[in-house]
Amino acid sequence: MQIGHKTPKNPNIPHDSAIGHVSGTSVYIDDMPPAHNEVFVEIVPSPVAFGRIRSIDTSKALAVPGFVGAYTYRDLHHNKFGPITQDEILMAEDTVYFIGQAVVVVAAESRSAALAARRAVVLDIEELDPCLTVAEAIRRDQYLDRTYAIKRGDVEAAFAEADHIIEGHFSIAGADHFYLESQACIVYPQEYDQIVIHSSTQNPSEIQHVAAHLLGLNLNQVVVITKRMGGGFGGKECQSTHPAVMAAMVALKTRRPARLIYNKDDDMQWTGKRHPFENDYKVSFTDAGVITALQARLYADGGAYNDLSTAVVGRALTHIDNAYFLPNADVVGKIARTNFPPNTAFRGFGGPQGIITIENICEEIAAYLGMDAYDVRRANLYGVDERNTTHYGQLVANNTLPELFDTLLESSQYRERRATIDGFNQSSLTHLRGMAMTAVKFGISFTNKALNQANALVNIYLDGTIQVSTGATEMGQGVNTNIKMLVAEEFGIDYDKVIVMATSTEKNNNTSATAASAATDLNGSAAVNASRKLKERIAEVVAQHFASTETGMGAYPDRIVFADGYIYDSRKPSRRITFAEAVNLSYRERVSLGERGHYATSGIGFDWSLGQGAPFLYYTNGCAVSEVEIDRFTGDMRVLRTDILMDIGQSINPGLNRGQIVGAFVQGMGWLTTEDLRYTRNGALLTHSPTTYKIPNIYDLPATFICNTIQNDNKVNVRGTKAVGEPPLVLGISVWAAVKNALSYVSGESIPTLNTPACNEEILSRLTYYKRLLERQDNNNHAFNEGFYHDEASVLLPRARSHAAGRAVRSNLSGKRARSKSGKADKGVTA
Amino acid sequence: MDADDKKVTKSGSGITRRSFLAHLGVAGVAAASLTTPGRAQPAAEAKADDQSGDSMVKAPPGAVPLTFIVNKKQRSLKIDPRTTLLDCLRENLDMTGTKKGCDHGQCGACTVHVNGRRVNSCLTLAIMCQGDEITTIEGLGTPEHLHPMQQAFITCDAYQCGYCTSGQIMSATALMEEGLPPSDQGIKEAMSGNICRCGAYPNILSAIKMCKQSTKVKS
Repeated sequence: MQIGHKTPKNPNIPHDSAIGHVSGTSVYIDDMPPAHNEVFVEIVPSPVAFGRIRSIDTSKALAVPGFVGAYTYRDLHHNKFGPITQDEILMAEDTVYFIGQAVVVVAAESRSAALAARRAVVLDIEELDPCLTVAEAIRRDQYLDRTYAIKRGDVEAAFAEADHIIEGHFSIAGADHFYLESQACIVYPQEYDQIVIHSSTQNPSEIQHVAAHLLGLNLNQVVVITKRMGGGFGGKECQSTHPAVMAAMVALKTRRPARLIYNKDDDMQWTGKRHPFENDYKVSFTDAGVITALQARLYADGGAYNDLSTAVVGRALTHIDNAYFLPNADVVGKIARTNFPPNTAFRGFGGPQGIITIENICEEIAAYLGMDAYDVRRANLYGVDERNTTHYGQLVANNTLPELFDTLLESSQYRERRATIDGFNQSSLTHLRGMAMTAVKFGISFTNKALNQANALVNIYLDGTIQVSTGATEMGQGVNTNIKMLVAEEFGIDYDKVIVMATSTEKNNNTSATAASAATDLNGSAAVNASRKLKERIAEVVAQHFASTETGMGAYPDRIVFADGYIYDSRKPSRRITFAEAVNLSYRERVSLGERGHYATSGIGFDWSLGQGAPFLYYTNGCAVSEVEIDRFTGDMRVLRTDILMDIGQSINPGLNRGQIVGAFVQGMGWLTTEDLRYTRNGALLTHSPTTYKIPNIYDLPATFICNTIQNDNKVNVRGTKAVGEPPLVLGISVWAAVKNALSYVSGESIPTLNTPACNEEILSRLTYYKRLLERQDNNNHAFNEGFYHDEASVLLPRARSHAAGRAVRSNLSGKRARSKSGKADKGVTA
Repeated sequence: MDADDKKVTKSGSGITRRSFLAHLGVAGVAAASLTTPGRAQPAAEAKADDQSGDSMVKAPPGAVPLTFIVNKKQRSLKIDPRTTLLDCLRENLDMTGTKKGCDHGQCGACTVHVNGRRVNSCLTLAIMCQGDEITTIEGLGTPEHLHPMQQAFITCDAYQCGYCTSGQIMSATALMEEGLPPSDQGIKEAMSGNICRCGAYPNILSAIKMCKQSTKVKS
């Protein structure tokens, strides 16, 4: 049955927490008032990356005034868990595997007493030799989970026939989520060992599962509630579980509410990050820059336990094509086990690490052939009617990439600006400019098929107002606002008549994480499904109500329209009743005014044993052009201009979507240009606060920042929308690629190399390197060594730079424009 | 937490900045509260002894009297001298609109006005504000009567998760008083002490400019 509704005129309504946010009345976990008997919880973490626990002495903690209790793994029912493979130990038993792994949990009467008790616990740990690089993990042959592979065609045959081949190694750095609200939870014990956990989490059901399992409870004894998060970005998909379970353990032991709030330094030191990757690649291409084959070996640094690494590597493998057709592909991913906190989901979820690999390759092909990188990318772009299947066999349907590329090329005046940049770089002695256009084609759906479902509860009250509850969690992205709008538009009522309630496992069971950009797709669809069932019932009642022997109008529920707060029969719109009146009529007719909706994404599936399938419902596409200016003397880099163009389908709320695009871009830019995770030789994070870890601030915005979308109707998804949370993050790569492009103006005959993040220091070191390289070339001095300027005697072990050898691999490939028809790039070092 | 606090998990001893301050606060009468035998009443437990009259809660040992004006209301309380203005607002006065981000004065989430100047309340000891006039987000406007800057933030969607928002707004309103720089670049520079991980920066900039426009029209 089709029951009509009208879409309101101005969909740009404010975020549903707008007034709360600006007035300081939005409640985050630590804003919840303490209960009178509440205890505060602190974690005693492992101070070493790998070690054997000799002894734990809590005697001094016991003497701390206000001390309540100290707990170890022995106080847990089980100690092993994990979202994919159950390999993670929550609290260390005899061995510690990363800095920040919980060894002891202490509880006390106040925050300061808990902190004092934490400091008073003495750990005696025998330090073992930790594994702190992917290379070391490979040497030790220690991996998490199995190897994953996707293959198409015959790469070896393509390499044998190739015009050109480039081989290289690419180090991709991690990043901290830096949600401003650190991990936080409060647990309230209830009767019969039931508990209520308030957590700042993207994944209430996961916490419910793990807490029940580790504490020996049934799932129905655990309720997890999430009102909102002060940022999540993937960092609260799995890693909010740890504090929640430990606080729940304390709550059950003490029978008192237990509060556990990480401070920022602890949070950054203890929790997993975006996966650093070490990727080897070999690519063949024609004289025109068309890729004929890609072979890649992806090594993710998984940290000490799997967490979500399997799925992250899966997404890296399915996104290494990005927007470009790969006729032959052989890509393999492995997860190195190291002694860092388990790396975890982070906006993009491995996709960005796959995508930057091929975007880097595009820049290198361009530098090698002396082409503009735009032309290389355009030549490799997925086609509409041909060259339109991915390396894993999915059809790139409704392909808007060519339109996006061609439109942005014009609107950004790419060609004209390129000519200006060429001139500028020839004339300026102080500054250097570069520009790049990069793309995103991001697959939407969880790669684990079972997660692509959601349920929603819609309750209508007698005054005509509605409560909606779903499994989606609000972390600022506006999912609640989207769902509120979808439901209000279904019933044709004002937006302010609908409230989306706090997420709770009590109302919505077995939910998926708010992740994969899919929260509105899945939960919004479920809410719409529930709303439509309710509308059918109400329409039956209203049709009866309007049926009249006088006018001869029969009861036809499918003629009933819900619009502008009223309900009427489309044949006689003048006779109408309010939505609230219709609700009351239905109530008196004893019609149920609450409904559950379920939604499961259809037509998707992937078989990892074959590396083939159609894992995604659709792709969100976009591209961005960024232009940068570099100070040749300091390496200081500013973004002069960024133009973004995206296909995000039909927006429910264009303002929210714009915020997602801009915000994700800025976050991607930060990952690749300013956010530098530095560790000691022992694996301790040094940059554990914004004092030393620099996320972009308002001053880092591109001086000119243009963001647009194209018109497209995504028929396969709710209201023709497309997911937008993660894809624009990938466009931050355009800034990094623009830096690499700038370096190509000074790198002479060699393909420039650039690590991530391209922070000022990295840029300066590359500038210095090429300056000296060219000087040495002039002096015919062949003794020059690439590694020279990356001082290996440095006290710090910058994780992203731990593979200076990778650069040497690439320097062997130098030989820009030294075309070799033999199928191999010139292997001789240019110097 | 102090930077040096984290290093002591292994040894479990050592003087920290805050225990040293506590010592100063009690003027040598007793040892730092953390080592005082008996039930502790450290910083977080000190409650306001103000007009609301919660005199049942005892002040911690070594507490010092503090009188200041918060959002145009005089507050008098006894407070552990180590307490930051941020913790004092959140824990002692139950005003949680001001947020704790990094607790190092680098993120700006805790920005409040002290005598009209914007300060990081996490880097300010509450007892240094004796007699001062403090304005927090709660004092700027209420959900029913929003300050023009708060309204501009709503109109421009200048937030996502909202955690940095009260700090951004307090910083922006102080900036209006300081004299808004004429250029975008100037505003950006003046707002660079308030970070937003959601990256709502362009909208924050728009909100500040919109507020400038609307107040211009009024005057």
